[in-house]
Amino acid sequence: METGQGCVKPAAGPLGAGSTPETATAPPTMKEEVKMNLARVGHPAPDFEANIYLDGGFQTLKLSDHKGKWIVLCFYPGDFTFV
Amino acid sequence: MEVFAASTDSRFVHKIWQAEELSKMVPGGVPFPMISDAGGLIGQVYGLFEPAAGVDIRGRFIIDPDFVIRAMEVLTPEVGRNVSELIRQVKAFQHVRATGEVTPSGWQPGRTALKPGPDLAGNVWREWNTDQAF
Repeated sequence: METGQGCVKPAAGPLGAGSTPETATAPPTMKEEVKMNLARVGHPAPDFEANIYLDGGFQTLKLSDHKGKWIVLCFYPGDFTFV
Repeated sequence: MEVFAASTDSRFVHKIWQAEELSKMVPGGVPFPMISDAGGLIGQVYGLFEPAAGVDIRGRFIIDPDFVIRAMEVLTPEVGRNVSELIRQVKAFQHVRATGEVTPSGWQPGRTALKPGPDLAGNVWREWNTDQAF
């Protein structure tokens, strides 16, 4: 749990083997080392740590901390948009 | 069941959206964590990041208690989700996990599920018909 409420502290983002998704720009020599676990049904969910807003405060959330429960993870294009 | 929502907006924008709009649709605001995927790195790993727009497109994932992804649905942004279908899928996966049965097309809680095995091969028509797909 993050204690600070500052505006520049980054969360770790995607976690796992390699820290960069395959689609990220990287020198060819590095790309071979990157084996980021991409999301596929029937396979483990890619773990990540992210900044969140909840109950009026800022916190950090690690997805795998919620292992053992059913999780619904929803992405949407943007706040204040229409659908 | 835990629900998390994620976009490329900052948590500061999430705060103001909750205050200015969501709280007018849902009393007290939405109760689940609003994830900031600023930069879209999480969206890339989940196959949803659209670089031209700089956003994560609409997608949702059902993850079971073993942390395995059971279902995913991805749409371009113009069309919204069907929450009833999401709940149906969660209940179906929970039924499968609890019983070892499998759920045919259109299954709803209380309807016939199937016990996979040699005796069922070629005999699904005895247990299920297309009327049950809807």
